[in-house]
Amino acid sequence: MYAQMVTSDPRDETVEGQAFQARIDAGEKIEPRDWMPEGYRKTLIRQIGQHAHSEIVGQLPEGNWITRAPTLERKAILLAKVQDEAGHGLYLYCAAETLGVSRDEMTEMLLDGRMKYSSIFSYPTLTWADMGAVGWLVDGAAIMNQVPLQRTSYGPYARAMIRVCKEESFHQRQGFDIMMKMAKGTPAQKKMAQDALNRFWYPSLMMFGPSDKDSVHSAQSMAWKIKMNTNDELRQKFVDLTVPQAEYLGLTIPDPDLKWNEERGHYDYSEPDWSEFYDVLKGNGPCSVDRIETRKKAWDDGAWVREALMAHSEKQKTKVAAE
Amino acid sequence: MTEPKAPEWPLWEVFIRGQHGASHRHVGSLHAPDAEMAIKHARDVYTRRKEGVSIWVVPTTAIAASNPDMKGPLYDPSDSKPYRHPTFFDIPKEIGTM
Repeated sequence: MYAQMVTSDPRDETVEGQAFQARIDAGEKIEPRDWMPEGYRKTLIRQIGQHAHSEIVGQLPEGNWITRAPTLERKAILLAKVQDEAGHGLYLYCAAETLGVSRDEMTEMLLDGRMKYSSIFSYPTLTWADMGAVGWLVDGAAIMNQVPLQRTSYGPYARAMIRVCKEESFHQRQGFDIMMKMAKGTPAQKKMAQDALNRFWYPSLMMFGPSDKDSVHSAQSMAWKIKMNTNDELRQKFVDLTVPQAEYLGLTIPDPDLKWNEERGHYDYSEPDWSEFYDVLKGNGPCSVDRIETRKKAWDDGAWVREALMAHSEKQKTKVAAE
Repeated sequence: MTEPKAPEWPLWEVFIRGQHGASHRHVGSLHAPDAEMAIKHARDVYTRRKEGVSIWVVPTTAIAASNPDMKGPLYDPSDSKPYRHPTFFDIPKEIGTM
């Protein structure tokens, strides 16, 4: 997901901690000025921060195609989508900031590797069909996770998710629209669409993170209602919804063992290569170095603008005071 | 020698009024160097889909808030005053709408 392998702090066993858990169990929302266990606060900063970074870094693989979109309309749509991702990042940074971390601190932690972003954005976007695959599969996978997070226990996070979800469906549909166009186009276009699906299928399954059946972190995060479903539940749901869509497109999911299991009422599918996932998370994905370098360059190149605007604002204040 | 770190842009709370004459509502926050830029950013961040026709921005530091620990004493007393709601009173059908 956009936040993967978030380690969670242990449960707070004090009287306050138990009263806090009782509030969450009763479905109450926790707001910034409410008392909360340190572990809840820190875990949320890691989770929301990683989610925000993913939105921001997630602009890069798509930004790659803005200047090469096949038509002016596609270009305008892609621009609007990428701008939305920036907005999503900003909603989430603001939610994290209510927990007492600053946006600059979070940015620094991303740039020096203390915080991560989703593994999916370390993969390259090689053809225009990848814009279709990213919208259809990557945004589709993100929706699986973000819809239930609208009910998360932390108020500012839930509100950010509501805004994000309102906009996310446009992203997935525009991706599917690109896939439809290509899958029903010339043989070369169809081949390109199939190639994009081949490359993005397993990385999309990895977005949900490894099975968390035995993870203590997941159990604690679920008790705190900052994680609403297990990784396996969401992955299964994603597979079940996506397979018929691929069939509609006339494309083949690159998994020879994929088949409907009548008894379970779900598709059986092959697990992705988890060693690849861990390697990408460590920063060894095909584009990992490039992504962080690009963010670092944007941050460094923007420094003078941030400073100049602050200086201008200070100057205006003194001017007004002098008048 | 490392230069001192530039100060972060201050935080602003953003309020937007929708199309149909409702009040401005809090929608979120953002960083900006001054009020003018905060409004420009708010337009980009919070009104990409015609969410509103008017924006207010307020420095976050200017907001005073009630104490969350006082929720009980402040708001519970209204629980015992159901007569403040019109449905408390049964009006005979013959009277019609009231």
